[in-house]
Amino acid sequence: MKVVVVGNGMVGYKFCEKLIAKKLPDLEIIVFGEEQYPAYDRVHLSDFFNGKNADDLALAPASWYKENGIQLHLGDPVQYIRNSIKLLQTFKGYVLHYDILVMATGSSPFVPRIDGIEKDGVFLYRTVEDLHLIKSYAKKAKRGAVIGGGLLGLEAAKALLDLGIENPDVIEFAPRLMPRQLDEAGAEMLASTLTNIGLNIHTNKNTAKITGDECITGMQFTDGTSLQTDILVVSAGIKPRGELAAECGLETGMNGGIVVNDYMQTSDEFIYAIGECALYNEMIYGLIAPGYEMADVAVHEICRIHSASPVKTKAFTGFDMSTKLKLVGTDVASFGDPFANGDNVRNIILRDTAKGVYKRMNVSADGKYLLGGVLVGDATQYNILLQTCKNKLILPPNPEDMILPARESKKEEGAGIVALPDDALICSCESVNKAAICKAVSEQGCETVDAIKKCTKAGTGCGGCLPMVKDLMVYTMKQQGKYIRNVLCEHFAYSRQELFDLVKLHELKTYDDVLDQLGKGDGCEVCKPAISSILASLWNEMVLKKGNDTSQDSNDRFLGNIQRGGTYSVVPRIPGGEITPEKLIVIGQVAQKYGLYTKITGGQRIDLFGAHVGDLPLIWSELIAAGFESGHAYGKALRTVKSCVGSTWCRFGLQDSVSFAIQVEERYRGLRAPHKIKSAVSGCIRECAEAQSKDFGIIATEKGWNLYVCGNGGSKPQHALLLATDVDSETCIKYIDRFLMFYIRTADPLTRTATWLNKMEGGINYLRNVVVNDSLGMAAQWELEMQGLVDAYVCEWKVAIETPEIRKRFNHFINAPGEKDPTVKFDALRDQKKAANWK
Amino acid sequence: MIKQNDTAVQNAHWFAACRVEDVVENGGVCVKYGDEQIALFYFTRRNEWYATQNECPHKKQMALSRGMIGTKNNEPKIACPFHKKTFSLTTGECLSGDECSIKTYPVKVENGNVYIYVE
Repeated sequence: MKVVVVGNGMVGYKFCEKLIAKKLPDLEIIVFGEEQYPAYDRVHLSDFFNGKNADDLALAPASWYKENGIQLHLGDPVQYIRNSIKLLQTFKGYVLHYDILVMATGSSPFVPRIDGIEKDGVFLYRTVEDLHLIKSYAKKAKRGAVIGGGLLGLEAAKALLDLGIENPDVIEFAPRLMPRQLDEAGAEMLASTLTNIGLNIHTNKNTAKITGDECITGMQFTDGTSLQTDILVVSAGIKPRGELAAECGLETGMNGGIVVNDYMQTSDEFIYAIGECALYNEMIYGLIAPGYEMADVAVHEICRIHSASPVKTKAFTGFDMSTKLKLVGTDVASFGDPFANGDNVRNIILRDTAKGVYKRMNVSADGKYLLGGVLVGDATQYNILLQTCKNKLILPPNPEDMILPARESKKEEGAGIVALPDDALICSCESVNKAAICKAVSEQGCETVDAIKKCTKAGTGCGGCLPMVKDLMVYTMKQQGKYIRNVLCEHFAYSRQELFDLVKLHELKTYDDVLDQLGKGDGCEVCKPAISSILASLWNEMVLKKGNDTSQDSNDRFLGNIQRGGTYSVVPRIPGGEITPEKLIVIGQVAQKYGLYTKITGGQRIDLFGAHVGDLPLIWSELIAAGFESGHAYGKALRTVKSCVGSTWCRFGLQDSVSFAIQVEERYRGLRAPHKIKSAVSGCIRECAEAQSKDFGIIATEKGWNLYVCGNGGSKPQHALLLATDVDSETCIKYIDRFLMFYIRTADPLTRTATWLNKMEGGINYLRNVVVNDSLGMAAQWELEMQGLVDAYVCEWKVAIETPEIRKRFNHFINAPGEKDPTVKFDALRDQKKAANWK
Repeated sequence: MIKQNDTAVQNAHWFAACRVEDVVENGGVCVKYGDEQIALFYFTRRNEWYATQNECPHKKQMALSRGMIGTKNNEPKIACPFHKKTFSLTTGECLSGDECSIKTYPVKVENGNVYIYVE
């Protein structure tokens, strides 16, 4: 069967994808597209101005079509169809016979008849080509305007903003913005938010004339007003592209849309029409979700007709125009009947001009059903409202609770999902219902969101439904009585602490030994670094020893932090932040020689960025020759012990905090742990070293030191808690030994000390009992083990540069040693350089 | 492990990439082929060889050869060191639920030489 698809837009592409999935025998698909690019994501077209290109927006690369045996002809629109003999001819002269023809010609922008619209500087907003033109013309434009205050028009206005045009004007003919989606009050709220971010909104304005000689210089309106502009983007609605269909005698209707039946068939049963060119029930559907459903319905019907066994029909039902989007950073959504009004309708309206939030619910007079509504400024409840509306769920006694900002009422959320019927549509982009998601979890064993995405395609479109997908997954797993056991990954049925004890008991030394004896399968990126960390914490052997090298996380494998572009950063250890002028000079010379960007870190060290992987051994050879050693900035290990200058210079200092910081840093350098460890020592209670934000922090007192533990900065800052007061240096070190060994042994992978303590039953009091009062009787053993680790320390960079087998790995190309990755690019920045932006 | 190629192309041939001992066990290296960069993996545990494009399609970084290999339900995979997107080493499809995929190449080993089939 030869299926020819006319048009390679989003819906045309989706049709191909869905038809391929049916794996029909003897199927041949030929696609003709007018544009030069394979189908791209038109919904996110304005991302083009955020640095994305046509490839980024592509729904699938050209190779995808080839791999799936689809003939794709770009830049070659179909010119006419002779449907009586099932033949078509293209612009480039192909003449082709088809069995089934699918019209996915989409729409073109509606161009209003305005005097002067042909002038230079007036653009449409629909294709990548249009955007190229706008982008290059905008360079010489100072002022800009958009005709059309609908969805696309506002996107276009944002695009102008992104192109550096200040305060673009938006001209809307209707009395309000987005008249198809928003009521008056909602549109007003949106207008005021958009005004605040720099758009000039004009409603009730009808353009009479575009002025200027060859190029546009201004616009005149029917109310006698005018404005000046150098560029104008017209986005005044769409016009279905049904010319081709009309010419060959297919029935077309309003605006030229191709009339289709419930199964997307046109008046010729061998020709289907889907997407924005199709006129169903006298309506054009200019949204992506109904377009995708049309593709699905057409595929189903084509397969049904060509199937040997009887298959049930599937009719188009996607007349839902509910939509949710982010416009210039503002949530806007409307669902069901957003405008429902009158005697049989009650409205609940929440309006907060301070926050720019407007929410409207239209409820049936008996208060039982949700008919529709509008959300502006905050659309977090969109999914549950949409489901309640679509599935005619009975509203709670106080329906207004559904749109009130979330308080402390966690029960409600779960209840919402449970109440949904099986056919509730969760992902409207890919039409996946609740039952399909629950089934993926219960019958196909999908127990991660990724697995569900893969299995059902839910959440692969706009992604807005992912929180609900996750809630459904957890809910279904609980229903099945699944105890979510804290195991490492599919290869190890143990927690990290269990593995730690087992590895120690069996004295296992390599990743493969651990996997063979305690796990199954061949490992993955979750268990490899976790086991490697355990091995390092237990035996402190060089991490790149053969057998353990490739089980290290990338940063440990190359002993540097991988940065944008694939270069690495170099951080030599500067204990306590103390450094001699001679050593500073060496760092400067090395940075200069290898062209590195230098920056002072938050931990009182110097970070050198932009090192090619092949340069790393050379850089480190020079640094080590000058007396530096690895700073372990790449490892889940002790990073730095920050200090203030203390009693050596400071007039307030009580103890020599720098010396103690150096002592502590040198003791624990290279210590591998479940996560990074940071520390600091302050010379007095003024706390200039910020010790209370560290995994362990030490503050000088008149009598000795106060030891604080389990603090961290990061996304959830937490102050460290006082563990011991007025202890001498020796006791302080002992307590830190015990504390760190306890943490290393019992924490889950990638858990900082703060989180570890938060999960600990009994909290800081229990921890103090274990560490200070030795309630577990482990103190002596832990101190011994720590001393063993301290004694086993070697600078791993020194080993790496001295071991040819390891040094050989620091090359980008295996078959061109010494050659650098030619794709690495830098940009200039304030007399230094930075990694080129990634796409 | 030798895989069959579906479409024979005129220029296609086996390209001698390196020696077996050049490739790190249970890990990857990057092979230069003209302007192309190919990630070559020696899955020693399974005694299998794989080759894919070196560029991770997510952020277009030349990094896959530096990633960790492993399996997901016995399907061999590679995790990009940047954001841990994972891809099947046999089909190239993304296993982290994204729509992108990577190109794979057949590999063969003869007399200690590793060959990659290029077009």
